[in-house]
Amino acid sequence: MTPRLDLRGIRKSYPGVLANDDISLSVLPGEIHAVLGENGAGKSTLMKIIYGAIPADAGQIYCDGKLLPEHGPAISRELGIEMVYQHFALFDSITVVENIALSMPGRMDLKRLAVRIREISERYGLPIDPDRLVLSLSVGERQRVEIVRCLLRHPRLLILDEPTSVLTPQAVQKLFETLRQLSEEGCSILYISHKLDEVRELCHSATVLRGGKVTGTANPSEASSAELARLMVGDDLPEITVQPTELSHGPLLAVNNLNVRSETATGTSLKAVNLEVYGGEIVGIAGVSGNGQRELAAAISGEKIASAPEDVVLDGRPVGHFDAGRRRDLGLGFVPEERLGRGAVPSYDLSENALLTAHRLGMVRHGMAMRSKARDFASGVIEKFNVKASGPDAKAHGLSGGNLQKFIMGREIELSPRVLLVAQPTWGVDVGAAAYVRQTLIDLSRSGRAVIVISEELEELFEICDRLCVICNGELSSPLSRAQTSAEAVGLLMTGTGGKAAGRGAQTERDRHVV
Amino acid sequence: MDLFVSMFAATIIAATPLIFAALGELVVEKSGVLNLGIEGMMLAGAAFGVWAHFAGLPMIVALAAAILAGAAASLLFGVLALTFMTNQYAAGLALAIFGTGVSAFIGRGFGSTPVEAIKPMNLPWLSDIPIIGEMFFRYDPLVYFAFVMFGVVSWFLYRTKSGLALRAIGESPDSAHAIGFEVIRIRYLAVMFGGAMAGLGGAYLSLVYTPLWVENMTAGRGWIALALVVFSAWRPMRVILGAWLFGGMTILQLQGQAIGLSVPSEFLSALPYLATIAVLVLISRNRQAMTLDFPVSLGKPFRPKG
Repeated sequence: MTPRLDLRGIRKSYPGVLANDDISLSVLPGEIHAVLGENGAGKSTLMKIIYGAIPADAGQIYCDGKLLPEHGPAISRELGIEMVYQHFALFDSITVVENIALSMPGRMDLKRLAVRIREISERYGLPIDPDRLVLSLSVGERQRVEIVRCLLRHPRLLILDEPTSVLTPQAVQKLFETLRQLSEEGCSILYISHKLDEVRELCHSATVLRGGKVTGTANPSEASSAELARLMVGDDLPEITVQPTELSHGPLLAVNNLNVRSETATGTSLKAVNLEVYGGEIVGIAGVSGNGQRELAAAISGEKIASAPEDVVLDGRPVGHFDAGRRRDLGLGFVPEERLGRGAVPSYDLSENALLTAHRLGMVRHGMAMRSKARDFASGVIEKFNVKASGPDAKAHGLSGGNLQKFIMGREIELSPRVLLVAQPTWGVDVGAAAYVRQTLIDLSRSGRAVIVISEELEELFEICDRLCVICNGELSSPLSRAQTSAEAVGLLMTGTGGKAAGRGAQTERDRHVV
Repeated sequence: MDLFVSMFAATIIAATPLIFAALGELVVEKSGVLNLGIEGMMLAGAAFGVWAHFAGLPMIVALAAAILAGAAASLLFGVLALTFMTNQYAAGLALAIFGTGVSAFIGRGFGSTPVEAIKPMNLPWLSDIPIIGEMFFRYDPLVYFAFVMFGVVSWFLYRTKSGLALRAIGESPDSAHAIGFEVIRIRYLAVMFGGAMAGLGGAYLSLVYTPLWVENMTAGRGWIALALVVFSAWRPMRVILGAWLFGGMTILQLQGQAIGLSVPSEFLSALPYLATIAVLVLISRNRQAMTLDFPVSLGKPFRPKG
């Protein structure tokens, strides 16, 4: 059988990095082929070369046995190569259906297209409203738009870049069904991932990348996870250790019957949210994105001020009426979801970024910033938290995702907060750094602080949290003890179909926990 | 009543060159390109229109010459800003200065010689209706054409796929490139459309409104057109409203000077500019609307990655 896609000796370098080095792989029609590797292994670069978004420095691409003399996104679309980007190529200011119309050939008929979008999205369980502005969509919803966009074009080769990180376990299964169906219909699929379980469950073959090179190929259903992981990471993965813990007497953070009306028509309103977090524990907030996580984080951090002081209580003190700065003064740390632009100013260097929140540690005298202190502080964080950066003068946008996350996390932890709120701690962070960040959070909680982690990655929450709440449509479930719940139960709550049984079980669990 | 009717008509006419120039610039900016050189392109259009007229060419050809002159001037900007990716602010300012100079040079021979202006149309029936006829049906064809262009631009931007693509490019040229749009080519077309419209606006001044060539005769209207686009929050309807407001204030202050208001005439002359900007600032305060219509990539050069 002629391969649908055949890469030979693909090479691509950027200043200072060899992103792809002599990569060859081939995908048969109807084959689901995994490209496995850590973040930074060169997967995304390779996919962009296949799609034609960036040119390769050397090497050939064959499609259905024919050499492509030149390549570009338009040529890809003619050949039926479709790509779901990890960072979505969607336009915020226009609606879902308009976004999709842009990549459809021929004349534009928005009404008919909207009908087709509804059909496809229902058939594949990817609910989206074609008339909503992309601006108002969560990350998970944007991905659905991307996938539906590709499916509408009847692809012959579909490239998916880390597609499951924003989905519930049930939605992942649903997606896999879709992908298997597509594969049976003869569509080849390139599935980029670092999740071994998923690859082993779904894919027919796998090519493993490390540091821009192919380190091996395997049949994932036969190879063991350990073998694949070794090909991927090189040496063995760092183990995360969770020590038993002792809880504080009272909760360090309490959210009491918090209602927040969404300011935009498309946001999620919080409905009577209750949450207590004790010193010494990590409480995870699971949920499909766009269910109120952003609003909850804003309400706790103080970016959005609550209607009553008692709505948010920090270490026994009502702080609902305080802004984010006052709450930080009182010992609340916050690491937001977006690192660049919210957690850190991209064009500032690290010492300036340190100053933004760590000025509380006496870095300001008579209203003047003391740069030398900020530099010392930043150097300290870089050293203590293993941040790979040239020094305190490195610009924030020059750091990789993982290293910047370590820096921001370090900056907040050095402020010794009583309560630390972290949103999506390992989003776009490579495996090694993610393990480090998780271990840091565990250690922080074991030193008596209260940690809240909002994450869409269930595996991560199960790995580090003592208790788990699920947010769905602005309502927060009662906490579930990690030891006594399962991914399936949490997944059901995430889709709002968990019902009362799980809630009741959780209630007794919570009572036990408080006692 | 007569005074009101004549002021109304004068307002519509005074707004017409602004409508042309600002609608053109709106399309340019929606594609993410900021061309500050409207003043220069208008002057080029005004001078070349008059030049063609005195060369004995029919009026329609003179208008075409003005349109071509504006488009050619914008092409200069396009080559600098889009192909060589120079700073768009600097390239636009250079174009404004260059256009002023070139138009002065072209217009040397026939400065202040009156032009036989394009005449208002006399529509059978309609023009004869009392009041209504004078208010709506006794303008020159270009006034109506300005409204046609408003319709065309609105329809293009919000109803056609090309318009959608143009707005998408204005928001994120990288994403548009990634899904296969030729960003640079589309931006060139937008820039040249803007130049053509500015040229036509300039020609309206020299062939209809004034009608003669005077050096620097646009008197800052190019900059007002630019301000209209920004303060209209990139919406065609508001561009029209802003142009009328400016036209109305221009006529009002002329009336004020004529009846000898005891206000310094310099203040009255400044009034249209002040009032237009003040009102547009007030109506563009809705931030959510701004974020929707603002072309995010405005003024940033696009470099295809790779």
